[in-house]
Amino acid sequence: MGALLTPAFGTVFWASIAFLVVLMLLRRFAWGPILQALSDREETIASALDEAKKVRQEMADLADSNESQLKEARAERDRMLREAREMVDKMISDAKGKAREEADKEVAAAKDAIALERKSAIAELKAEVGILSLEIAERLLREKLQSSDEQQALVNRLIDESPLN
Amino acid sequence: MNRLILPLFTLVALVVSSIGSEVVAQDHGHEDHTEGSDHEHVDHDTTEGHDHADHADHADHADHADHAEFKAGDFIIHHIADAHDIHLFGDVHIPLPVILYIEGQGLKMFMSSALEGHGHGDRHYHSPEGVHYTMYAEDVIGENGESIATAGSISASVDNQNLSVWDVSITKSVFGMLLILSIMIWVFGSIASQYKKNPGTAPKGMANALEPLILFIRDEIAKPSIGAKADKFMPFLLTSFFFIFFCNLLGLVPFLGGFNITGTIGVTIVLATLVFLLTNLNGNKHYWGHIMWPPGVPLPVKFILVPIEVFGIIMKPAVLMIRLTANISAGHIIILAFSSLIFIFGNGGEAIGAGSGMGVFSTLFMIFMYGLELLVAFLQAFVFTLLAAIYFGDATHEPAHH
Repeated sequence: MGALLTPAFGTVFWASIAFLVVLMLLRRFAWGPILQALSDREETIASALDEAKKVRQEMADLADSNESQLKEARAERDRMLREAREMVDKMISDAKGKAREEADKEVAAAKDAIALERKSAIAELKAEVGILSLEIAERLLREKLQSSDEQQALVNRLIDESPLN
Repeated sequence: MNRLILPLFTLVALVVSSIGSEVVAQDHGHEDHTEGSDHEHVDHDTTEGHDHADHADHADHADHADHAEFKAGDFIIHHIADAHDIHLFGDVHIPLPVILYIEGQGLKMFMSSALEGHGHGDRHYHSPEGVHYTMYAEDVIGENGESIATAGSISASVDNQNLSVWDVSITKSVFGMLLILSIMIWVFGSIASQYKKNPGTAPKGMANALEPLILFIRDEIAKPSIGAKADKFMPFLLTSFFFIFFCNLLGLVPFLGGFNITGTIGVTIVLATLVFLLTNLNGNKHYWGHIMWPPGVPLPVKFILVPIEVFGIIMKPAVLMIRLTANISAGHIIILAFSSLIFIFGNGGEAIGAGSGMGVFSTLFMIFMYGLELLVAFLQAFVFTLLAAIYFGDATHEPAHH
């Protein structure tokens, strides 16, 4: 039993030397690099995760902006289409209006011309008729007033009819 | 593929060690029951077998069935105590160098196989220089009850004149310790170079197998216990954890001489002393203040508390030492006790039925114990490291209040 409970000199001697030497060696050549590598890797992983989170956020933002741009573009397209359609409608209706106006104007001008022609025709006709009537009257008068009796009779009747008396 | 081999090897070693216990137990059982000689077994195990020269003599003794009584206590103590050679099985021993510093003679070195008389009490070696070495088989008690020599110790004499001896032999425990420390340098050296070569990549092979333990010690032991100054103590905590863990595991490998490195008090006392030195050399004003003048207690209590605290400085690492030694030795003792039961029940080969029955029961129980010991191997390494870390933390914490 004594051997179990008494530290043997040789064991203590070798244990102290060997353990301390190994402790120093491992501290210098193993634990230092290993712990350094582990903490470096942890930092790398942590920063990579941060990076990934940032990138994911960016991607989400990008998707959002894409979405909104798409929406804007769609709205723009709709607006342009609508405007184009409106413009076309307007152009058509303008053209129609103008054509009708033009036509109206021509019709009116034609009517005026016709009216003018008729008026001048009537005036000419009236002048012709007047001349004709005068010639007829002249001829009649000449026929009737070929005798002096009849001239006298006319003067008398004219006198009778006049309101002088 | 290559990276897989080491973790796999570790796993296989663990499985083999648990199955091995069964084989060992049954081996012993069969051998002894078939030969019908309990005495044979006693000599194999309590006194490390015998030389070929003595074999005939030994066989004569074996004829007397009632000659030897199986002493389980001696058998067990012999197996857990340190030794000058590694006893593999039967008569197969691996000799280890005996290194002695002898008064007036200087440093002497010879292999333990030079000591003749395996299994027959004290072993002797007459060196060509005329020095007579004696290795005691049992404790030698003087006339007045004082201890003259402990079992396994070596004395040297010239012309019957005893010389004082400093034994710095590479004993079984020292050899196991050197083996484990070399393995640690190789394993962790190669892991470190792997990390250096491939920075920032996932670990592979051995690094992958051991990285969780390194992280466990850093994140679960050192950082919570010590705090900001944890990095300073990490090399010691990692080295002592892996040293204790690997030594515990080596002690569980069968057919390797049953190393009991962390159950050897000479090894644990060194670890405890290092904890003591690291704690007290790093102790800050706050730590010493708490010991020398405990705050927040009335004056008379201080007179009681201060001696307790001062005693505690030594007691804390001493407890670490005792706990580790006792736990690892206890595990070995239980397994050996259950193998011994087989031979006690066998009653020197006379009660083969009882011995066989006990053999079955013991084997089953030992399989269970091996499982438990694997857990204890980790647990004791963990507990030692955790408590050391807590002591370091106590010594270096900056006061948060008072």
